[in-house]
Amino acid sequence: MSEITKDKQVVQIAIFAALLAALGFIPPIPFATGVPISAQSLGVMLAGTILGARNGALSMILFLVVVALGANLLAGGRGGLGVFAGPTAGFLFAFPFAAFTAGLLTRSLSGKFSLTIAAGIGALVGGIVVMYLFGIAGFKLVTGRTWLESLMIMWVYIPGDAVKVVLAAVVTGAVARALPGTYANK
Amino acid sequence: MSLYLAQISWLHRLPAGLKLFCLAIATVLLYPVKEVGIISLAVAVTLGIYASLGRSGLAQLKLLKPLFWMMLAIFALQYWTMGLAEAWILLGRMLVLILLANAISMTTRMDEMNAVFQFLLTPLRWLGVQTQRIAFALSLLIRFVPVLVSFMHALLAAWRARGGQRRYWQIIAPLVVQALRMSDQVAEAVAARGGIPKIKN
Repeated sequence: MSEITKDKQVVQIAIFAALLAALGFIPPIPFATGVPISAQSLGVMLAGTILGARNGALSMILFLVVVALGANLLAGGRGGLGVFAGPTAGFLFAFPFAAFTAGLLTRSLSGKFSLTIAAGIGALVGGIVVMYLFGIAGFKLVTGRTWLESLMIMWVYIPGDAVKVVLAAVVTGAVARALPGTYANK
Repeated sequence: MSLYLAQISWLHRLPAGLKLFCLAIATVLLYPVKEVGIISLAVAVTLGIYASLGRSGLAQLKLLKPLFWMMLAIFALQYWTMGLAEAWILLGRMLVLILLANAISMTTRMDEMNAVFQFLLTPLRWLGVQTQRIAFALSLLIRFVPVLVSFMHALLAAWRARGGQRRYWQIIAPLVVQALRMSDQVAEAVAARGGIPKIKN
């Protein structure tokens, strides 16, 4: 890979991490279950489906590093080292893995299905299955509850995340059509 | 866009690496503790640290607010299944670890934290990873957050001006397209300046 291509990817990784921060500033939409849904976890799915597995994951790591350095860029203005000690820290550590899974599945399935469907499956597995696996494991570690009890406290967020899976699929399709030259995950 | 408190205190003066090392030790020591007395002492010491930073330090306890309901639910569940002592140990430990970590973010500038981070990357450098790309990516990220937030506000304003209602998730696709377009332009600008600067050593 040429230096220019590598540099281009570094820029894309950084700007997508900044995009994830911007998505955290979109006013949360109050959802039927009473739990507001933030656009930030949608950004995690999009990092994978649009940048691809490797660059999507690197972009999420970069974002977490800047949060750990003290930037309050998580949805709701949270940030700093403290968020990595809280009961929801598992979800943060999941960001790179969720993006990686979403990117990998989108790429490998886009031959069989349309890109929108492939991205939908990627976002579902990465953004919900992987995300909650880590999230609940972290919650369990901090609070010492069982898997089932942890899931019971978390389930209110799942309907909102299901909506984001659909959005991630639609947005990925739209972006690939708008920028066929830039869209990299194919 | 950071938790840093611009003031001078004893905690501001300590080196970032030392603070992070103490935090790591405190986390490892506190995790297995099962005694109410030790946890209560740790909570008191932690609150004392915040108080020693003055009024602005104590005001930072507000960072716990978004966690309030979840903490309450965890406490209630633990109280119900294991009793008061167990519930307090769990809650107290969680509070101490979160507050101590936050205290570091409040009293350490991001460039000091970054210096520690770059130092921690040293083993990667031995493995041949070009860590200057990581440093460059970090500064790009910090530079472009306000740019993307302003894109987002412009798109929201346009969406409302067109009579858009609550379905403002419709701005997300154009926001991503704008971000990727800008990323191509920035990459061209970086290439025109001879690429990402290399480490001099």
